[in-house]
Amino acid sequence: MRRILSLLLCLLALSACASGGGAGVVNTNGSTSMERVVGALIEAYGMEHTGVTINYSGTGSSAGIQGVLEGMCDIGLSSRALRPEEEDQGARARLLALDALAVLVHPDNPVETLRVEELAALASGQVSGWGQVGGVQAPVAFIGREAGSGTRTAFEEVLGLEGACAYTNELTSTGDVIANVSSNPNAIGYASLAAVGEGVKVLAIDGVHPSEEAIQAGEYPICRSFYLVTAGEEGLSPAARDFLDYAQGPGAEPYLRAAGAVPPARSASGREGYP
Amino acid sequence: MRRRFHPAEAGMRIAFLLCGLVAIAFVLVITLYLILAGLPGFGHIGFWDFLLGRVWDPAAGRFGILPFLLASLYGAAGAILLGAPVGLLCAVFLAKLAPPRLAAVLRPAVEVLAGIPSVVYGLVGMLVLVPAVRRWFRLPDGASLFAAIVVLAVMLLPSVIRVAETALRAVPPEYEAASLALGATEIETVFRVSLPAASSGVAAAVILGVGRALGEAMAVLMVAGNGANMPGLFRSVRFLTTAVAGEMAYAAGLQREALFSIALVLFVFILLINGALAALLKGR
Repeated sequence: MRRILSLLLCLLALSACASGGGAGVVNTNGSTSMERVVGALIEAYGMEHTGVTINYSGTGSSAGIQGVLEGMCDIGLSSRALRPEEEDQGARARLLALDALAVLVHPDNPVETLRVEELAALASGQVSGWGQVGGVQAPVAFIGREAGSGTRTAFEEVLGLEGACAYTNELTSTGDVIANVSSNPNAIGYASLAAVGEGVKVLAIDGVHPSEEAIQAGEYPICRSFYLVTAGEEGLSPAARDFLDYAQGPGAEPYLRAAGAVPPARSASGREGYP
Repeated sequence: MRRRFHPAEAGMRIAFLLCGLVAIAFVLVITLYLILAGLPGFGHIGFWDFLLGRVWDPAAGRFGILPFLLASLYGAAGAILLGAPVGLLCAVFLAKLAPPRLAAVLRPAVEVLAGIPSVVYGLVGMLVLVPAVRRWFRLPDGASLFAAIVVLAVMLLPSVIRVAETALRAVPPEYEAASLALGATEIETVFRVSLPAASSGVAAAVILGVGRALGEAMAVLMVAGNGANMPGLFRSVRFLTTAVAGEMAYAAGLQREALFSIALVLFVFILLINGALAALLKGR
């Protein structure tokens, strides 16, 4: 009888070990553009930590931040910086990743660089000829993604052109955008940096080429930041704290890259918690 | 005379009945679902605001589908104008004029055309036709209603050819023999006798083509440009089908309801077309 009991106790202890001690549920809520990145992190985290369930629901950045402040979820997801009044209410943000978009043209297009204002004028249809931005005399075909796409939202947000872009062609996947731009000398389009391959030319914006270093240094302008938001970290459950640390740790970087984002630069003292 | 009871006969009879009911059950479930999912959108947006609204801008809460309606109608009409004559003449050639050995090559070729997946039509259209349209008409971008019409015209050829050829073959040979005996030439016979005699089948072929053009999504998505503009021949346009396919992945709330309502409108269109088809074939 005693032996059976001790065996049972052993099993119990083992199962507690297997769950990593951080068993529980972590609810994340917020930006729909962060779905891919957070989804990749949840999947990667789940492979290494059993017993913890991490939920994601996409409601938009503001709703996510509000949700954290009201205690509706553990971690808010925001694709914009916190507003002062949100910080006053106790919201704190950790920089998770950078989301940069490449601006693409046909390889035969002589234009190499655009200023942000020129790009905005092209996108909104104010400038309709390549001649006006240093190219040959040809009409501009502005190719983008369908309404609701995270890529499109990011592009329009960064340029301040929400709902104001004049698209010639709206396509439903990054691959279609790249195929279209590579077959049309008049075309200009945008795509997630990770997806760009052969057949198109990536433009420098304000003279800066979108390399990982330039994005991390904050020099490339068509870029926004993804934040993990908490209502101060004292009240966090151990599981939520563990997930936060994991998401910002070196182990998560390959998954961030695979999801099309760029991890922030690491300083010698580790990554700063509150940008 | 009393028939004896055969268990195997009765069993198979029930199996056939069940298989027949499966098809009907799916139609009923889909119809019911579309109506239930599509009606709330009409209610929230307003029937006429939805059907006749000229602006589709989900971010601003404006859901007018007139641009999509017109694009779909123009697209189907253009594709029929381009594809139906070619298809009908091809059917005449196959049924009446072609030497048997040539017909033996042509007929399988038409079958292959029918078997090509629509995404392949779209891909070829996007990489070959769209750049060509851009060069021919000196446009900023070739993705337009015109490119969609050309792709749809090719896609509806096989169904038009098949139905029209069957109808032409069903014309009693005595009619044509009489016409030839009266001194009419072969071509006169085809146009004055065979085609009029097969007219209901020919009309069915055309209507089937319209249905195909209205319902196609994938190929159109890749060549039409998908801008929510009022349609113009060389403008980027969005069809009813592509409006649903393009935004469904992200849509929530009222936008999602509106997309289901678009699907319902499309469904009603297809029902009308099938109704016309059934009426025609019954009248034959």
